[in-house]
Amino acid sequence: MRFMMIVKASEESEKGVLPPDELFAEMDAYNKELAKAGILLDADGLRPTSDGVRIQYNGSKRTVVDGPFAESKELIAGFWLIQAKSLDEAIEWAKKAPNPHGPNGVTNIEVRRLFEAEDFTKGDAVDRKRQLQEQSKQN
Amino acid sequence: MAEQDVKRTIDAVWRIESARLIAGLARIVRDVGVAEELAQDALVAALEQWPNSGVPDNPGAWLMTTAKHRAIDHFRRTKRLDGKLGELATDAESAHTNTAENVDAKLDDDIGDDMLRLVFVACHPVLSVDARVALNLRLVGGLTTEEIARAFLVPEPTIAQRIVRAKRTLAEARVPFEAPRGPELTARLPAVLEVIYLIFNEGYAATAGDDILRPELCQDALRLGRIVAELIPQESEAHGLAALMEIQASRFKARIGSTGEPVLLLDQDRSRWDRLLIRRGLAALTRAEKLGGAFGPYALQAAIAACHARAASADLTDWRRIVALYDALSQLSPSPVVELNRAVAMGMAFGPNAGLAIVDALSGERTLATYHLFPSVRGHLLSKLGRFDEARVEYARAASLTKNKRERDQLLKRAAECARSGTSGSIPRTSA
Repeated sequence: MRFMMIVKASEESEKGVLPPDELFAEMDAYNKELAKAGILLDADGLRPTSDGVRIQYNGSKRTVVDGPFAESKELIAGFWLIQAKSLDEAIEWAKKAPNPHGPNGVTNIEVRRLFEAEDFTKGDAVDRKRQLQEQSKQN
Repeated sequence: MAEQDVKRTIDAVWRIESARLIAGLARIVRDVGVAEELAQDALVAALEQWPNSGVPDNPGAWLMTTAKHRAIDHFRRTKRLDGKLGELATDAESAHTNTAENVDAKLDDDIGDDMLRLVFVACHPVLSVDARVALNLRLVGGLTTEEIARAFLVPEPTIAQRIVRAKRTLAEARVPFEAPRGPELTARLPAVLEVIYLIFNEGYAATAGDDILRPELCQDALRLGRIVAELIPQESEAHGLAALMEIQASRFKARIGSTGEPVLLLDQDRSRWDRLLIRRGLAALTRAEKLGGAFGPYALQAAIAACHARAASADLTDWRRIVALYDALSQLSPSPVVELNRAVAMGMAFGPNAGLAIVDALSGERTLATYHLFPSVRGHLLSKLGRFDEARVEYARAASLTKNKRERDQLLKRAAECARSGTSGSIPRTSA
């Protein structure tokens, strides 16, 4: 299973301030540890929301809203994508990560499981897909 | 934290930490079997203590410290025993003088070298291939005996016994806890990569059972391959194998149809290919090529896989390049199976007659006599030539040879299609 470990933004990251050297080095070491364990699939950091936009949907209407956005605590600043055997394993890996907001930072890393092919091979989704295929054959 | 949660946490910590733990301990005690027992002792201690004390902040370090104490106890014990017996193994002698501090210092050294030693010992030529597979998944992959047994569809005691015997073989043969260096490393590397690719293939082309794919096993192999590539980044073939597995794994979702049947490469919906794994595979292939390893057997196979990965649709496949890569591969490591694949590529690049010529030249090969893909490929080429009666016979033969149920169903389906086409004779002959 794959898990995304999501790092939240801080006031600094939203200002576009890069982390201090020590944190950079710690993050680099952590990335290497994940890679050496053979579980790191991808990792990246996001630029501050001042460089981004939101597409606001309202029914069929779409409005572009420029960043920056408030509530930096809930904004995404970066992620790791890892391969693990269980949520527990992903949790243990996430706990090894350096505090993304520095030694005294108060934040969270959100661990989320991705959908896998197996999730669709059983149950309603497959039945529904089969139904649709049958229908398209008849048409 | 409920006891059940603690147990699950400990399982997770074990999976993450066990390889490094065992590798570090093995360097000190010079015996992989003893090292694993010591690490297991630490695990048992965790199972006893953590439900009451809570999971420590750094569970990996806790296990390491506990295991170190066990290692020191082990030395005291063996020293007494050896004293009684009056025989001291020379390599153990220096170890006996270890103080706790020495053990500490040794364990805190760069763990990468120890991991590499562990990989090479677990792939040592004194072990049977089956034993190497089990030992690698267990020691390097951190899998439980039960998980390995489930992955290979064999009873748990079989795997347990295989591991016990493997560890005994290593001890009896006095295999040193060492990794080869320089040219010797390069020479012994194929044996390591072979074990990993074997595990991958068991998951990718499940030879037995009802499912065509066992993705968990492929993920385990992929993880081992990535670990080895990181341990010896200078070896191009390690990256070649990683590239090959990444690209093959990118097709998982597209490889199984809605009713669980296998979908052939050229019929796959390419929008379902995992772009991230393709990107990783291509990057690993570039690394192999930059190290001058473009023509190693795994790098060549990865390059072939990359041709498919780069083609936006099946008709855009660069078959001539694939033929050239198979030419190189069959010169480097000639085998009937490589020839068979070359025949498929030739058929695609230069027409079914060109492919059939190679296949027919292989008809006397004993190794292919029970290989279901041989009649399957021949059937495919024959049906393209409109020779449906012969094609039907080949597909039926292929179906009788495969042990995989899904594959058998599909081959029988194709045989039936040939039977229909053969009687109607409506499909015109295509010529090369």
